[in-house]
Amino acid sequence: MEKKVPLTIDGKNVEASAGQTVLECARDNGIFIPTLCHYDKTTNVGACRVCVVEVENARSLVASCCMPVSPGMVVRTDTEAVRNAQKMVIELLWSSGDHNCLTCEQNGQCELQNLIYWLKIEKPRFEIEAPGYAIENNNTMIQRDLNKCILCGRCVRACNEIQVNEVLDFSMRGSYAKVGPAFDADYINSSCVFCGECLQVCPTGAITFKQAKFAGRPWEMEKVRTTCTYCGVGCQMDVFVKDGQIVKVSGNRDYGKPNDGSLCVKGRFGMDFIQHPDRLKKPLIRRNKNEDLKEVSWKEAYAFISDKLSSIKKTSGADSIAGLSSARCTNEENYLFQKFMRAVIGTNNVDHCARL
Amino acid sequence: MTNSIDELEFTDLILATGTNTTENHPVIGIKVKRAVRQQGTKLIVIDPREIDLVKYADIWLRQKPGTDVAVFNGLMNVIISENLYAKEYVAERTEGFDALKATVAKYTPEYVEKISGVPSEDLKKAARMYAQAKRASIIYAMGLTQHISGTDNVKTIANISMLCGNIGIEGGGVNPLRGQNNVQGACDMGGLPNVFPAYQQVANEDARKKFETVWNAPLSGKPGLTVVEMMNAAGRGDIKAIYIMGENPLLSDPDLHHVKKELQKLDLLIVQDIFLTETAELADVVLPSASFAEKDGTFTNTERRVQRIRKIVDAPGEAKADWEIICGLSTQMGYPMKYASAKEIFEEIVTVTPSYAGISYKRLDNEGLQWPCPTAEHDGTKFLHKDRFSRGLGLFHAIEYIPPNELTDKEYPLILSTGRVLYHYHTGTMTRRSLGPNERCPESLMEINPADAVKFGINEDQMVKVTSRRGTVEAKAHITEKSPQGTIFMNFHFAEAAVNLLTNPALDPTGKIPEYKVCAVKLEAA
Repeated sequence: MEKKVPLTIDGKNVEASAGQTVLECARDNGIFIPTLCHYDKTTNVGACRVCVVEVENARSLVASCCMPVSPGMVVRTDTEAVRNAQKMVIELLWSSGDHNCLTCEQNGQCELQNLIYWLKIEKPRFEIEAPGYAIENNNTMIQRDLNKCILCGRCVRACNEIQVNEVLDFSMRGSYAKVGPAFDADYINSSCVFCGECLQVCPTGAITFKQAKFAGRPWEMEKVRTTCTYCGVGCQMDVFVKDGQIVKVSGNRDYGKPNDGSLCVKGRFGMDFIQHPDRLKKPLIRRNKNEDLKEVSWKEAYAFISDKLSSIKKTSGADSIAGLSSARCTNEENYLFQKFMRAVIGTNNVDHCARL
Repeated sequence: MTNSIDELEFTDLILATGTNTTENHPVIGIKVKRAVRQQGTKLIVIDPREIDLVKYADIWLRQKPGTDVAVFNGLMNVIISENLYAKEYVAERTEGFDALKATVAKYTPEYVEKISGVPSEDLKKAARMYAQAKRASIIYAMGLTQHISGTDNVKTIANISMLCGNIGIEGGGVNPLRGQNNVQGACDMGGLPNVFPAYQQVANEDARKKFETVWNAPLSGKPGLTVVEMMNAAGRGDIKAIYIMGENPLLSDPDLHHVKKELQKLDLLIVQDIFLTETAELADVVLPSASFAEKDGTFTNTERRVQRIRKIVDAPGEAKADWEIICGLSTQMGYPMKYASAKEIFEEIVTVTPSYAGISYKRLDNEGLQWPCPTAEHDGTKFLHKDRFSRGLGLFHAIEYIPPNELTDKEYPLILSTGRVLYHYHTGTMTRRSLGPNERCPESLMEINPADAVKFGINEDQMVKVTSRRGTVEAKAHITEKSPQGTIFMNFHFAEAAVNLLTNPALDPTGKIPEYKVCAVKLEAA
């Protein structure tokens, strides 16, 4: 039997597993503690101090994301000292960047914005001084605006601890500190593989989908869960749609296996083909070998194929007909295809590109 | 995969061979890298190319392309001669050990070094490391299978895995990483010439009778032709019509000049696709189909996990889901197929597919289900062959090394190996129409070792002509240590540098897989 650690949070007697942090224990017990730099399944860095709590007999407020539970601990998450500290942190973050929600893609799903609202801050007590970085706009997938970066380091951990691509890190110090690839390179000029995990974990509008810019607000989009169409991993993903147009793709940790919310460049940024103008829209027939393909109705197409296949089957036998089903189509379609070849045509000449 | 993707992160050793995982299965690559960096898992890479995973590996064996059987026999030679194998497991769960032992006896590390170029000391180290791991998982992909000895290669890794007691345990196994979203499902559903759904043999009378009853039609018991055989038969005039759903053989098949001639000989070529592919351009009938984002259904991933896809947007114009097209055509041909939805088809599938029998759309909503899932109460199967193999005892196959079909010579001094790159997928019809991937990788590069570049007078970014006995293509040179000396690498995503004009259509006699990974070529400045 695992030994439980008893403690009190906001007057409630709770039990934690040994080695849990105060934050984890609070969350397990439905007690809300705000966070910014914390990201599940990555190292707890205690960078932002938004998760501070009061612990009886502690010298100062402690960061709950890094504080291990201990027996008999008495924790308060909602005192005036805690709220004041949180307000201070958020106002400092707010004033040190260009957090202009009017044009920000994260508006409505920004964790900084949410906390400002939750803490009921009208405006920061400090003068807003954005660092004035140029917006990194030179690739088609990811836009970076470091003026909106709060240096929480989630992108750095996503890159190193989740995707293990080992591209991003902090550079410089103090108020000059920034995140990015080595030698301050832009993503496109670095060894970045555009998995987009940094974009998915960014709590603010510092790292956003370039193509989704001005394409839809969070509340205007519908989200549909599906399985990625590239490769055999079968990543689960959310596709966001507005007015019948695909806006962007995101991973979702809630879906669990097999990808736990991660995606690669193809899944996240390789979906433009779906609504590409080159898509085939009508059946085409070439009635004579030297003619061009011409648009026809489905009825004509079915009749044409049916007549031809029937006559070939009649004169040369069912085994003179073959079919290739598809490793890109669904199980249902592959099942029907082989059923069609076997039961309707009468041959086992059916294969697909498993070998290629 | 015998085992699950998740297990890779929590095992003691991973042996990756013939898989460029971080580019072709990036999210599985994540798990391997995390295992190494965060869990202390050992990693052995056996690959001629200096792939990204080499950076994370404890040991890298760089064998000459096509010498895999020799390398694995060598590893087993060391494991047996140093008495490191799982004796109890071998005694209780396998048969054929003596024959295996006799065969691998000859493959001493020194002999294997002569064949494969792998230093004998490295081979010994890798053998010990693999054998001493409590749980070891082997992952592989087309780098292992696309050889005339592809089936032998897979059998040898099954041998070494059984030899060390790694099959039928969590964190172990022999794990092919399937390259396409639903190769697993297409196979499970009987998209193969010799089997019905769930691998029930067409030649088996009981199986045939069962399907004749459900489908209410007489069925042939004669196994059909595989894809490369179909193309050859079309060339001979034995096949008169081919119906292709969502495939592009005119870029993906070996020796394309031939494929084109063969397809042109057909009386009827029907292509059903989302774009006018190279193959569709040759067709007599082209049927516009819906993409995965425009329909409902299921895909089965590489770890046998059946998962839902859901309709997100409407298909363009008059395009229809592939299943709707098949129903329309079948009905026209006098065999009415009336399904109101993909779900209704799935409900028929589970009645004839024992491994899927317990699966329903409703049960797939959370994390999908891994087959075998025989009943509605069954939770699916995380790893196969626990306690018992399908045939009872695991059978060792004693296998001798055979060289690739086409070797280099004076005229064609280099080996050409082919594969994919991170930013593109198969014949490029989808990724090349996607802004980001195409921005990152806009053209086909021919990767060549610096020493070879000097030898053949090739500069970085220079256009070169690559010629095999079957054709010539032009591509831009990229000089990199990633390619071993004597071997160049090209991808098959780009029609304008269609590497399959060059590849050798020689087939593995059992698996009928072409030898894409080795053919002989020469180079000259274009």
